Amino acid sequence: MVASVTQGAGNPIGVLDLQGDVAEHLDHLERLGVAVRLVRTPQDLEHLAGLIIPGGESTCLARLLDIFGMKDRISHEFQRGLKLWGTCAGAILIADTIVGEPSFLPLIDIEIKRNAFGSQLDSFISEASVPRVAPEPIPLTFIRAPKITRVGRGVEILLQRDGYIAAAESPGVLVTVFHPELTPSLAFHQYFALKCGLTPFAAKVPPIDIPWDNRSWTRYTRL
Amino acid sequence: MDEKRYELNVQLAQMLKGGVIMDVVSVEHAKIAEDAGAVAVMALERVPADIRKEGGVARMSDPALIAQIKEAVSIPVMAKARIGHFVEAQILEALKIDYIDESEVLTPADEECHIDKTRFAIPFVCGARNLGEALRRIAEGAAMIRTKGEAGTGNVVEAVRHIRTVNREIRQLVNMPVEEVTGFAKANGFPYERALQVRKLGRLPVVNFAAGGIATPADAALMMQLGCDGVFVGSGIFKSEDPAKRARAIVKATAYFKDPEKVLEASMGLGSAMPGIEISDIPETQILATRGW
Repeated sequence: MVASVTQGAGNPIGVLDLQGDVAEHLDHLERLGVAVRLVRTPQDLEHLAGLIIPGGESTCLARLLDIFGMKDRISHEFQRGLKLWGTCAGAILIADTIVGEPSFLPLIDIEIKRNAFGSQLDSFISEASVPRVAPEPIPLTFIRAPKITRVGRGVEILLQRDGYIAAAESPGVLVTVFHPELTPSLAFHQYFALKCGLTPFAAKVPPIDIPWDNRSWTRYTRL
Repeated sequence: MDEKRYELNVQLAQMLKGGVIMDVVSVEHAKIAEDAGAVAVMALERVPADIRKEGGVARMSDPALIAQIKEAVSIPVMAKARIGHFVEAQILEALKIDYIDESEVLTPADEECHIDKTRFAIPFVCGARNLGEALRRIAEGAAMIRTKGEAGTGNVVEAVRHIRTVNREIRQLVNMPVEEVTGFAKANGFPYERALQVRKLGRLPVVNFAAGGIATPADAALMMQLGCDGVFVGSGIFKSEDPAKRARAIVKATAYFKDPEKVLEASMGLGSAMPGIEISDIPETQILATRGW
């Protein structure tokens, strides 16, 4: 993958580039026209407007964040105002409470249950209206997803489904158990950019980006 | 399998990118793998090195063992079915594991047909030695590809040969005028529409991991620098002197494959790697990569 990517104005949004669906987030952010940086070392965390912790395997990401001092540095930058967005595995990593195991980097008061739907055969797509994020219904992709089972004080529910919470936020943190980066919708990425204090020029981006196809991520890994 | 289900299956593989999938033969191994940061485990009765040593017919593992391993870890669980053995695949689907590997490591059940993977909801990963083989498996419904390498050898040379072959053929496709694609596809057995897609994307349309012979952090980083999206390590971990340490080191080297200092750090003091086998010392009938087509 390209070493680092920057375009647009303002401090970049970082995508944690250790394991998981990094290219997919990169693809969405670039479409929005915000500056982007791949984050692999503690130094990469300097002067970021926000950091996305992507989908992947949370146990793998936890191990990789533990070595080379990334975990402490994320915590430090968060205290200094860095905004965070965890998708799926990313949401597990930053939850205050993980059902049945110790928390990893507790930065938002939610309780989350890992792999709560079952095996890959229980992965699914759906659609829902999230008024705070976009006026139109947003496509949702759940892959071996966790469920948010409780939110604490200072955390607002963005999307409640039957018996679980699928998206929530605190002033500094956004969590989604689904994967907006695997859909044509840019709505959540735009919402996160705004949360980071950026004004992506693509405020006029259509709700569903027609030219996008589901192999769009491959452009970062062309030979 | 409908198109949406297929996309979800391709997307699960996308979540595994940059990761290491480890062969495990017990609950204990599976926990070591998960703790070390594996993104998935391949549950089986014998690692390829033992299958190779013991000979005989290698079949799908006992579902009871796979079920125990599934119970023990939260990361995705994969298991192997024999090439063409669609009933073993049906059993693994009924067991609700996360991914099936239609694998040449097991003794093929059908020398003419691979499994029609479009009839399943569960995702499949299949091996390939070249672009044609990869595209034929994708056409049959595979949601993920792995280059075959030569499993159970601890020798990375075949894995390198296979990814270089795939890459070379993709570059040829990308660079040729479109009117030459028909002949090139015919000569190499590419499904034509898939060849056009690869030509447009400049890579395989699904995630492609390396497999077969990876035994060290350096091997893993080599495969990543050659353009693989992640690695399978079979015998390389649990046939080595210190599996937990080696597993962590390979995870680290796979994530930081572009950074020689970190791969160096990962490579230090791991104890001995699995004993390797020179490919030319293997009788032709015992070469696994040539199973399937």
